[in-house]
Amino acid sequence: MNIRGAEAVMHCLQIEKVDTIFGYPGGAIMPIYDALYDFKDTINHILVRHEQGGIHAAQGYARTSGKVGVCFATSGPGATNLITGLADAMIDSTPVVCVTGQVASHLLGTDAFQETDVIGISMPVTKWNIQVTKAADIPDAMAKAFYIARSGRPGPVLVDITKDAQFGMMDFEYKPCDKIRSYVPTPNIDLARINESVELLNAAQKPLMLIGQGIFLSNAEQELMLFAEKSGIPIASTLLGLGAFPADHSLYVGYLGMHGNYAPNVLTNDCDVLLAVGMRFDDRVTGDVSQYAKQAKVIHIDIDKAELNKIIPADIAVHADAKEALTMLTELINPKQYAHWLQQFRDLEAVEKSEVVNEAIHPLSDQLKMAEVVNLLSEKTNGKAIVVTDVGQHQMITSRYYKYKGQRNNVTSGGLGTMGFGLPAAIGAKLGNPEQTVVAIIGDGGFQMTIQELGTILQSQVDVKIMILNNNFLGMVRQWQQLFFDRRYSFTEIVNPNFTAIAKGYSIEAIKITERGELDQALDNMLNSKGAFLLEVVVEQEENVFPMVETGASVSEMRLK
Amino acid sequence: METVFNISVFTENSIGILNRITIIFTRRHLNIESITASESEVKGVYRYTIVVKTNLDQVKKVVAQIEKQVEVLKAFFHTDEQVVHQEIALYKITTESFVNGGTEHIVRNHHARILTVDKEFTIIEKTGQPEELQDLFNELDQYGVLEFVRSGRVAISKPMKTLETYLKELEAE
Repeated sequence: MNIRGAEAVMHCLQIEKVDTIFGYPGGAIMPIYDALYDFKDTINHILVRHEQGGIHAAQGYARTSGKVGVCFATSGPGATNLITGLADAMIDSTPVVCVTGQVASHLLGTDAFQETDVIGISMPVTKWNIQVTKAADIPDAMAKAFYIARSGRPGPVLVDITKDAQFGMMDFEYKPCDKIRSYVPTPNIDLARINESVELLNAAQKPLMLIGQGIFLSNAEQELMLFAEKSGIPIASTLLGLGAFPADHSLYVGYLGMHGNYAPNVLTNDCDVLLAVGMRFDDRVTGDVSQYAKQAKVIHIDIDKAELNKIIPADIAVHADAKEALTMLTELINPKQYAHWLQQFRDLEAVEKSEVVNEAIHPLSDQLKMAEVVNLLSEKTNGKAIVVTDVGQHQMITSRYYKYKGQRNNVTSGGLGTMGFGLPAAIGAKLGNPEQTVVAIIGDGGFQMTIQELGTILQSQVDVKIMILNNNFLGMVRQWQQLFFDRRYSFTEIVNPNFTAIAKGYSIEAIKITERGELDQALDNMLNSKGAFLLEVVVEQEENVFPMVETGASVSEMRLK
Repeated sequence: METVFNISVFTENSIGILNRITIIFTRRHLNIESITASESEVKGVYRYTIVVKTNLDQVKKVVAQIEKQVEVLKAFFHTDEQVVHQEIALYKITTESFVNGGTEHIVRNHHARILTVDKEFTIIEKTGQPEELQDLFNELDQYGVLEFVRSGRVAISKPMKTLETYLKELEAE
């Protein structure tokens, strides 16, 4: 089959079973868009309003579907607009393939119109990238891109294709890639490490298991459940791991980290064996590392060797895929129960409940609080809606009060903390899961960072429920200013537009509520609406998220107020 | 404690891989003392020798992150005691100082080689450890050195499997 490079790109995508692309055309990617025109029946291209929206949508799609997200952008500014999303996908291990157009190869390095060194710029924030200057090299590059993006610890890949390579003719042949000599994505497990881990766990009196997104990425939810029920070990989750183990399970002890639950944070410094699986000891989880789990033996299981011993030295470092490791551990571990140890978690949970949670979800104050809104949403959706958040107070409140029980239904920007992530990621999540309810919970600040994607919702009729928790502040920064900068509210107060009017401008049904009495009905209206819906909830202006582990403090010094 | 580490990296021959490797040092605010790269004994496999001054903990993490790059086959680090290392230096001096001055005996004493003698200048080559190269420079410089260039270190580790063995292991996986 003698075809143009641009057509070859489309055939590659089809063979890789890509059904959705998020993109934005421009000069240097026009041949590919021309080829796309003939694939309109089999590939759904979503025209976003900004390339950053495109890549965040591809991330939301990938995170919820387990497939590789794909996005198109043109050269120069189109490509540079992808950078935030690439960095986000890199740190949160999200499989994304970005195809960017590039100026013709004879113009490379000449400061041609819309030329930028996207390979150089994207290098620190991609798992792999490649520039293709010949049509004949396209299939190999695309095959490697998909293989690298999805295998091992997943990540973003960028394929930059010059315009002449898109126009060039080539004989098309596609061999999916399943091996690269210099790249070993799935390690061979060292059995000795598994045996040592089992020995340590069998002898433990107070073991604690920490799970992260690695459970999702290795499709190990069932294996985790089998391990948990046999071993009886209490399980706590990182932000990105929320939902990998059901929040209502008797062994679940909560959410780790700076604004997580009291019990798992405090008792991290009381356990005797810490078993960490598919997580990377982010500083938001560990607090001061010099005071982190010093009393415990640490077993760290991760597919990325560079994560082992990076932050927390492991007594036993197991370089392994979570699914495989958990299966082996389950086979060898002794069935056990830790009633007394679990009770310690429940006791601290009761403290958190009486000191923080009760007031947060049943406030005595007049004004609506974020937690009561999220809590009610959680009840109404039975923890099974796909909930996408942006970054800030509303994000921490959602991770605290939404009780995730679904499959891959938690999407948020973790490592990078990208404001503006929420709305486009929710669009991607919905397109990857048309049958599921998708709710984007967003602050008034972050919403305005990618507000233009309302246009995508309008054009592609994406049924996303948008809930803005509006406190007229950049709330998380304001909270820190209050606590650590003497209440000097430097540029955190925000004058907002009329959100519902804007939504209506995009033909999106919208309501605004300010009273507690309106909440129940408003949530029902949102959840039952046909098509997209925007619900603006005006919440208490200076609400703080507690509990909290202050920067530099130990996890066991978590403050409740 | 900061010490000198010799990092050896073996990579595929692809555009940009050097950049990917140096980025890892930049991110951690580490300065590279010297870097050399060329094809290894295996065709198509490139070998980098990177010298850094840092501590053991840092170098371990850097090497782990280098090895994680898709096109890196293998990366190691060694202390100076674990490697045999050399540098090459070229010195350009005036031929006048060589013929009439006192530089000839300096060149002889240092077992340096003469590469080129031109009417105006003479180029001397010396291979050795950095201090030896510097000593020769210091002595020649009393008569004036027009140009001086050092190659950066190349190193071969004493305890190491052959590259072929690693490649076979990777192929087998």
